[in-house]
Amino acid sequence: MQKFNVLTGVAAPLPMINVDTDMIIPKQFLKTIKRTGLGKNLFDEMRYTPDGKEIPDFVLNKPAYRKAEILVAGDNFGCGSSREHAPWALLDFGIRCIIAPSFADIFYNNCFKNGILPIKLPQEEVDKLMDDANRGANAVITVDLEKQELRGPDGGVIHFDVDPFRKHCLLNGLDDIGLTMQKAPDIASYESKNKLSQPWLW
Amino acid sequence: MAQPKTLFDKIWDNHLVHRQDDGTCLIYIDRHLVHEVTSPQAFEGLRNAGRKVHRPNATLAVADHNVPTSDRSKGIQEEESRIQIETLEQNCADFSIPYFRMDDPRQGIVHIIGPEQGFTQPGMTIVCGDSHTSTHGAFGSLAFGIGTSEVEHVLATQTLIQRPAKNMRITVEGDLPVGVTAKDLVLAIIGKIGTAGGTGHVIEYAGKAIRDLSMEGRMTICNMSIEAGARAGLIAPDETTFEYLKGLPQSPKGGAFEQAVAFWKTLPSDPDAKYDTEIVLKASDLVPQVTWGTSPEDVLPITASVPNPVDVADEAKRKAMQRALDYMGLTPGTHLTDVKVDRVFIGSCTNGRIEDLREVAKVAQGRKVASHVNAMVVPGSGLVKAQAEEEGLDKILIEAGFDWREPGCSMCLAMNPDRLSPGERCASTSNRNFEGRQGRGGRTHLMSPAMAAAAAITGHLADVRNIG
Repeated sequence: MQKFNVLTGVAAPLPMINVDTDMIIPKQFLKTIKRTGLGKNLFDEMRYTPDGKEIPDFVLNKPAYRKAEILVAGDNFGCGSSREHAPWALLDFGIRCIIAPSFADIFYNNCFKNGILPIKLPQEEVDKLMDDANRGANAVITVDLEKQELRGPDGGVIHFDVDPFRKHCLLNGLDDIGLTMQKAPDIASYESKNKLSQPWLW
Repeated sequence: MAQPKTLFDKIWDNHLVHRQDDGTCLIYIDRHLVHEVTSPQAFEGLRNAGRKVHRPNATLAVADHNVPTSDRSKGIQEEESRIQIETLEQNCADFSIPYFRMDDPRQGIVHIIGPEQGFTQPGMTIVCGDSHTSTHGAFGSLAFGIGTSEVEHVLATQTLIQRPAKNMRITVEGDLPVGVTAKDLVLAIIGKIGTAGGTGHVIEYAGKAIRDLSMEGRMTICNMSIEAGARAGLIAPDETTFEYLKGLPQSPKGGAFEQAVAFWKTLPSDPDAKYDTEIVLKASDLVPQVTWGTSPEDVLPITASVPNPVDVADEAKRKAMQRALDYMGLTPGTHLTDVKVDRVFIGSCTNGRIEDLREVAKVAQGRKVASHVNAMVVPGSGLVKAQAEEEGLDKILIEAGFDWREPGCSMCLAMNPDRLSPGERCASTSNRNFEGRQGRGGRTHLMSPAMAAAAAITGHLADVRNIG
């Protein structure tokens, strides 16, 4: 997993509530057996007409936001299906950070497994960042994970919270499975006890 | 005295392998369901790292999302779908994971076959790379959807890194009125608490109306917990649960069954257990529900009219409503019962079980599907299909003009060839009415199987209580 430390990039505004993972990456793109290459179909049905032409009004098609690395969105971002294709598509497009008042649980979790930082902030602060994001190419925000700070184009600083263990994994690009494998003796001991207490499960 | 615990707390504590000082937990996973869409990258990850599957026999795989629901003797026409299913078959063979082939009578939707096989049991932790894994909570098991990275983690270690969820209890008092089903109840709950209402929580459903439900009804309720924002739903195991599990292929046998039941009886929440959030509903107040918009929380009683955005104060919500009405092609003030439908879809992990098909047949018997409507019935599994055929339900449905198909996820998410055309309006027993969910530009109204059958017969959204 790619490390996440300090990111300075263009923030794109997506002022919608309940953005679901079907919207982020529609089902026809879930037939892949790879993790990569999904960026071109990110937000496919909002981004392209049925015959594949770009819809100029959609934020990521506007010249200022074509290389956005941060997304500012409404409540309950990433609801619906558990498809990890949603964070894969965001990452493949180049988005490394999403800021919203709330996220759906599975999506939120999936982001951390892919080096994407989802940041939950109170509505008023998201509204302020949404205004910043509306400034086109000047909508440059710095995300500093170590300090847990967002710095806006006007120099304003916003503090954010993040789970310490997830922060540690993201800063160091750590692989969860490798960490868990170090606990193999604990797993083995759980299993031997479970075989005795609930033998019907074995 | 020990602190009283909820059902969730008990299962959690029983599965704790390790707890870090910061509260991050490693929990043991008893059962893992695998399907073709969210697993290929996980197996690829294992291969790249030279890792094995830790406990292949605690895993069960099936292809459901991509499978065609018409004649399967010709194989799968769509190349990408075929490759995805062949990849699953190869991965299961390479890693010795039990797999139900597409021509196996036990094949079906992953959340239908788990319970059917007795793979799902009370007190277990169960995961799958699929958000509707919450279905299995109907048995009093902690079951939730995970992403592909976590699928790989479970395959490699049989554990997951998690933090405990908060406890929410939704108590439904009294009796459901005639014509009101588990689906109406769960839609009404989502309408009340919203699609983010359960975020960060596990929802335990309690009360007489829940206790009185069959296992099928309980699965419908827990299935849609995710649409209420909760990763998992739970219903305490009781005699209904034990009776259902008796004699299933993977249920404990003989003395082991008695031993298991004795343990399962210790699982229900302690009387004084504390919940972070409590909600109480009266079942008797409910009428059949239908969705009008593009989020499952956009739901109303069938007796209502299409809402008007001018009545909504919150700007974000008003904009979302306007966008939904434009997408759905609906005018504020229209009676819901005046909304014509083109298609009807009966099936999915929400409502593709035998009891659902019986409900549909009851409405369809001796009637005809409206001439302008195309109505399809997709049983949730091969065993559901066989049972329905044994009961003669297929004949009733075919006679009424329904299309009787092979099992799979089908038009719930339209990854196979079953999908809506742009602008087509569908009465659907599935779980999501998102934009484009059933096909780009398709318009989905969620409802119960009986209500979908009523829409098929009348050709418009209809109140099944008036059909008799």
